Amino acid sequence: MKLYRSHILVAEDSKSLAKGAKEIEELLTKEIRNIGLENEILVAPTGSLGYEDLGVAIAVYPDGVIYAPVKPSDVPLIVKEHLLKGRIVKEIAHEIGKKDVILKETRAERVLSIQERVLLKRVGMINPESIEEYIAEDGYLALEKALENGPEWVLEEVKASELRGRGGAGFPTGKKWEFTAKAKSDVKYVICNADEGEPGTFKDRVIMEGDPHLLIEGMILAGYATGANYGYIYIRGEYDLSIKRLQKAIDQARSYGFLGENILGSGFNFDIEIKKGAGAYICGEETALIESIEGKRGEPRKKPPYPPTYGLWGKPTVINNVETLANIPPIVVNGAEWFKKFGVPGSYGTKLFSLMGDINYKGVIEIPFGVKLSSIINDVGFGVKGGKSLKGVILGGVSGSLITPGELDTPVDFNSLAKIEAGPGSGSIVVLSEDRCIVDIAKNIAYFFRHESCGKCTPCRVGTEEMYKIIDYISRGLGEESDLTRLEKLSTTMKLTSFCGLGQTAPNIISQSLVKYRTEWLEHIKQRKCNANVCEFEEITEEVSNE
Amino acid sequence: MKGKSLIDVLHEIQEANPENYVPEDLALRVSETFKTSPSKVYGVLTFYTMFSAKPRGKHIVRVCRSLSCHLAEGEKIVRKLKEELGIDFGETTEDKEFTLEESSCLGMCSVAPSMMIDDVPFGNLKEEDIPLIIKKVREGAL
Repeated sequence: MKLYRSHILVAEDSKSLAKGAKEIEELLTKEIRNIGLENEILVAPTGSLGYEDLGVAIAVYPDGVIYAPVKPSDVPLIVKEHLLKGRIVKEIAHEIGKKDVILKETRAERVLSIQERVLLKRVGMINPESIEEYIAEDGYLALEKALENGPEWVLEEVKASELRGRGGAGFPTGKKWEFTAKAKSDVKYVICNADEGEPGTFKDRVIMEGDPHLLIEGMILAGYATGANYGYIYIRGEYDLSIKRLQKAIDQARSYGFLGENILGSGFNFDIEIKKGAGAYICGEETALIESIEGKRGEPRKKPPYPPTYGLWGKPTVINNVETLANIPPIVVNGAEWFKKFGVPGSYGTKLFSLMGDINYKGVIEIPFGVKLSSIINDVGFGVKGGKSLKGVILGGVSGSLITPGELDTPVDFNSLAKIEAGPGSGSIVVLSEDRCIVDIAKNIAYFFRHESCGKCTPCRVGTEEMYKIIDYISRGLGEESDLTRLEKLSTTMKLTSFCGLGQTAPNIISQSLVKYRTEWLEHIKQRKCNANVCEFEEITEEVSNE
Repeated sequence: MKGKSLIDVLHEIQEANPENYVPEDLALRVSETFKTSPSKVYGVLTFYTMFSAKPRGKHIVRVCRSLSCHLAEGEKIVRKLKEELGIDFGETTEDKEFTLEESSCLGMCSVAPSMMIDDVPFGNLKEEDIPLIIKKVREGAL
């Protein structure tokens, strides 16, 4: 590998690309060539730097300076001042959320004092399209260690770490693996659930675009521990960049002997194939996902039997979320005891969250379990946008839970959240300011589920449709108080009788809002009043009221 | 490895078709290849939103209607797109250039409101961006 005195990494996740990151990269290369520094400075793409809500971001190493947002007109200045003369261009190294505050140290210190970058440690540091850079940063070290110690050791280490699945349900990963490891079968599979479709969630994408080899290494380890020789990554069709980067990473891993026959001379065979989804939220449900890999309609299967013993083509199958698998290499390299230094009992490790909505800093963050929700919003997210007061938080996606300002001091971990009937879910945190209308939000969520119900079972197929109709009526000023009772009954029926998790969780936010924000629902119905001024009330005519 | 699945083949057929859909004659051949009934193939084809059994435009515009985009005034972008293209969801422009579709979530929440045209993502959209983007795509500058 050629040596350079400085590296410039351009954030080229899909959001930054949408903002012209490629153009900035090309300009940088051109300007550097113009002053004859192309043999000293390397310009390379990387994953998200966490600044994409501001604009294109670049990082200059070894100086560790991040510039954002970088406009094409800033490029000559950065090259001349910083790279030629060594002077930091302070004017465009702003602090997030406070555009008039110069320099990013305070932000970095503040944010990093709470964040722990275990899973994201390479994201924004390495070129995700280079396996050499991954290896240089301890990549594939876990695989080597695993092959030396044997599959049982890997399984025991994962069990001892008490890692819980990051897809939403929080099932102990080691236990899941053990079912598959013990199952007797000539063929077993590992599936990575990369069908990240929960609205407000984009954390898995940051791993796949920023550090794809981490996921691949995690899958190989899962295969090794459970005795599986084939792996599938089931990924949403919309995640074009993730698909390309993962495919490239798989090809590289194969050429280095980390994938394929007789991996590193160990006698263990494992290979991975990408399966592209075709646009169906239900395929995030594990058995629906399996049906989809088999080429069928993504309708969920009856459970039990569960996938660890009866999964893909009826064979024992380990199925884990992207983030869960990304946890495996650090656990194997550093040991279960090290892992348990992060987080709290019952929820060890770190957790990725997608922070968004009415908040000053939007993006993916990594924090150890146990940090209070209020701290995430105020310290990491720099508070509610526009200095407004907080109305609530939707935690864990639109199938998750609705948290009121009074519950904000709850630590974010499985056990503490369970006490307020919530959970980390998909890891999405949607912040709602006082200006938001709860009926409007409920309507958007109901619209989503109406569209995404797979149609297999009646409670969900009909329930999501009815739910939307009732809320739509209320939002148009045509509701009656009895509609709230109907919504509550419908929610209960769906929760109790739907075939799978989709229908069981679809009413979550809506039913919680009926309790926690009841006054607002009643205002819409009785006074035809929407404080946020987003609901458009219709004149009541004979025809409509008889509809 | 089991080789290509029915879904993989449908993806390939659709991607190779300039009209972005799976025509009936090919769907029938798929059913023969996979030794399954045409109704099963049709069932799969219509289950997934990315597939189409009807001809579509050269470019597929997918606008995100998730909660994140909704909170970022995504409805304004939806209205502007409909106005600019002169079509509603599921429709194709007369010149067969664009088909407008809605997406449940594109996973681009931190740059909401967002949309994708074919494989290219667009984020932090403002209403005034829409005519420019559409013009660029029409001119083949995507």
